[in-house]
Amino acid sequence: MLPSSEATPQNWRAWLLTDTPASRRQAALGRAYRRWRRFAANPLSLFGLAILLLLILFAAAGPLVAPHDPLRQVLADRLLPPGSASHWLGTDQLGRDILSRLIYGSRITLSIAILVVVVVVPIGLLIGTTAGFFGGWLDNLLMRITDIALAFPKIVLALAFAAALGPGVINAVIAISITAWPAYARLARAETLRLVEADYIHVARLQGASRRRILLRYIVPLCSSSVIVRATLDMAGIILTVAGLGFLGLGAQPPSPEWGFMVASGRNVLLDAWWVATIPGCAILAVSLAFNLLGDGLRDVFDPRHGD
Amino acid sequence: MSTPVTALDRLRALPARNAGLRAALFALRWLITLAVTFVGLLAVTFVIGRKVPIDPVLAVLGDRASASAYAATRAALGLDKPLAVQFWIYARDVLHGNLGTSLLTSNPVLTDIQRVFPATLELATLSTVIGVLIGVPLGVLAAVRHNRLIDHVARFIGLVGSSVPVFWLGLMGLLLFYAKLHWVSGPGRLDPVFDGMVDTRTGSLLIDALAAGEWDVFFNALSHIALPAAILGYYSVAYLSRMTRSFMLDQLSQEYITTARAKGLPERRVVWVHALRNVMVPLLTVIALSYSFLLEGSVLTEIVFAWPGIGSYLTGALLNADMNAVLGSTLVIGATFIALNLLTDALYRVFDPRAR
Repeated sequence: MLPSSEATPQNWRAWLLTDTPASRRQAALGRAYRRWRRFAANPLSLFGLAILLLLILFAAAGPLVAPHDPLRQVLADRLLPPGSASHWLGTDQLGRDILSRLIYGSRITLSIAILVVVVVVPIGLLIGTTAGFFGGWLDNLLMRITDIALAFPKIVLALAFAAALGPGVINAVIAISITAWPAYARLARAETLRLVEADYIHVARLQGASRRRILLRYIVPLCSSSVIVRATLDMAGIILTVAGLGFLGLGAQPPSPEWGFMVASGRNVLLDAWWVATIPGCAILAVSLAFNLLGDGLRDVFDPRHGD
Repeated sequence: MSTPVTALDRLRALPARNAGLRAALFALRWLITLAVTFVGLLAVTFVIGRKVPIDPVLAVLGDRASASAYAATRAALGLDKPLAVQFWIYARDVLHGNLGTSLLTSNPVLTDIQRVFPATLELATLSTVIGVLIGVPLGVLAAVRHNRLIDHVARFIGLVGSSVPVFWLGLMGLLLFYAKLHWVSGPGRLDPVFDGMVDTRTGSLLIDALAAGEWDVFFNALSHIALPAAILGYYSVAYLSRMTRSFMLDQLSQEYITTARAKGLPERRVVWVHALRNVMVPLLTVIALSYSFLLEGSVLTEIVFAWPGIGSYLTGALLNADMNAVLGSTLVIGATFIALNLLTDALYRVFDPRAR
């Protein structure tokens, strides 16, 4: 049901915020609207969201917005400082435009971070919800493995994996994923233990829903929001690890414009041309800060202990 | 927690007079967890070591060896045995302190690590000291003056601390404080002039120089370690102030604080004695955790500052496909990390009566 007569903003608001929604859609939209209002009340979270939207826009538009080819070397234009005509953020020691490299590099950083989350979240959800839902020896076994993996040093293991698998984007994703899943399994298990005792789960069980159906249609979706919040907050850490691997030469391979690697290559000319290392680092900081701010905002909205 | 009732659980439910027995059982359980986790770490390094694209036989022989020499070396390395047996041999070797030989230095990996690890420990320890001295008071003040200026400052420091890449911050520090302002010395642990002037006793250059009364060496070492320790210390400050703040906020809303205030105790005493004492246990575990993060985080920092610790050793080995050295360093860092992690867990249970 849509709001009656004229759809003025006030009407829309009343329709969204009503205590007696007439349809599932209205209830869902109303809840989303309330959450958005709570999220938007925090300017810092909005700021984080804005940076990320801008980044995604730039990454998607890539060739359309980048002023130069990120790989084209113009040796006559080496080490131009920021503010140069047609090279706003300057050039590196091979005369490549830093702004264009940043824009193309955002694609690498974003895709690695997103790939890690896409790999890690389902694995963590599966292990955590299974352990919490079935309990018993299965729970014990899965959680012991999770605890062991959780006690491992993440960065060092990711380094060792990346070294063993060889440098490259896909291997970086694998190396980071292997060390990132346990936190999600823990979280999903805790959420599941809380959920299985809820009345509506009992009702579903009484109605004859199979265990598989309860797990996949009730528990997993309900765990998702806290897992997504966690993933957003983790994105910052993942991006820092990606950049760290890149800095060591274990991420995307040159000449591809990976941000961490750009910092590393600027290290040699740090004293003569500060911008080559400084600017990509600022980009890493900005993106990781944005994910932290967005994650904080989402947590305030979704996590009942922090919100309300 | 829905653990099934085991013999251990039943024993744990014994009355309080058996506290000694319960403590012993807890210690046993803790040791088992430690052992299992360590075996897990061994398994991971073992798998990395066996599944690398680099053929371990070719790494020894080079790629022009005859088929018979290949087979002989393969047998000598134990690679023809079943995987389980190989793992057993590997675990036995590691427990005997045999981490293999480094291809780069031709030394036993353990000898190399014993040489470089003290430098990492010195850096991580000093950073943690900075973190505690600044982070804890900052967190307390932020909680006391909740939503005021100092609180915002603390939150900003915490936010940036979890967003800024450590290798970049290190470079920026070098650029500003070394190259531009000349406040500190550059990369390395010591100026070459002072190399070898003091005997290694504790492995900490600062302490060794002090013990030998070599003030020049001490101040030179201090000016070298100041910047990397400050950079790593910043992460510790960020983490510790955030945790202290949240622990203190929790305590300050408790009723015993209201009571203490109602009794007319000075606010300073309420905050720094009553409340802070009650967060000591979680704080101690968080400090130990941050120490283990710093040991790990020193890897990237050491590269930037050419700090001759285990991080530099590990990455040098990484880039030269020296897998024995890589896995050996991973094991040593991992074992330290695991031990610290589980130690904090034990600390928590020993000192917090509610967790028993």
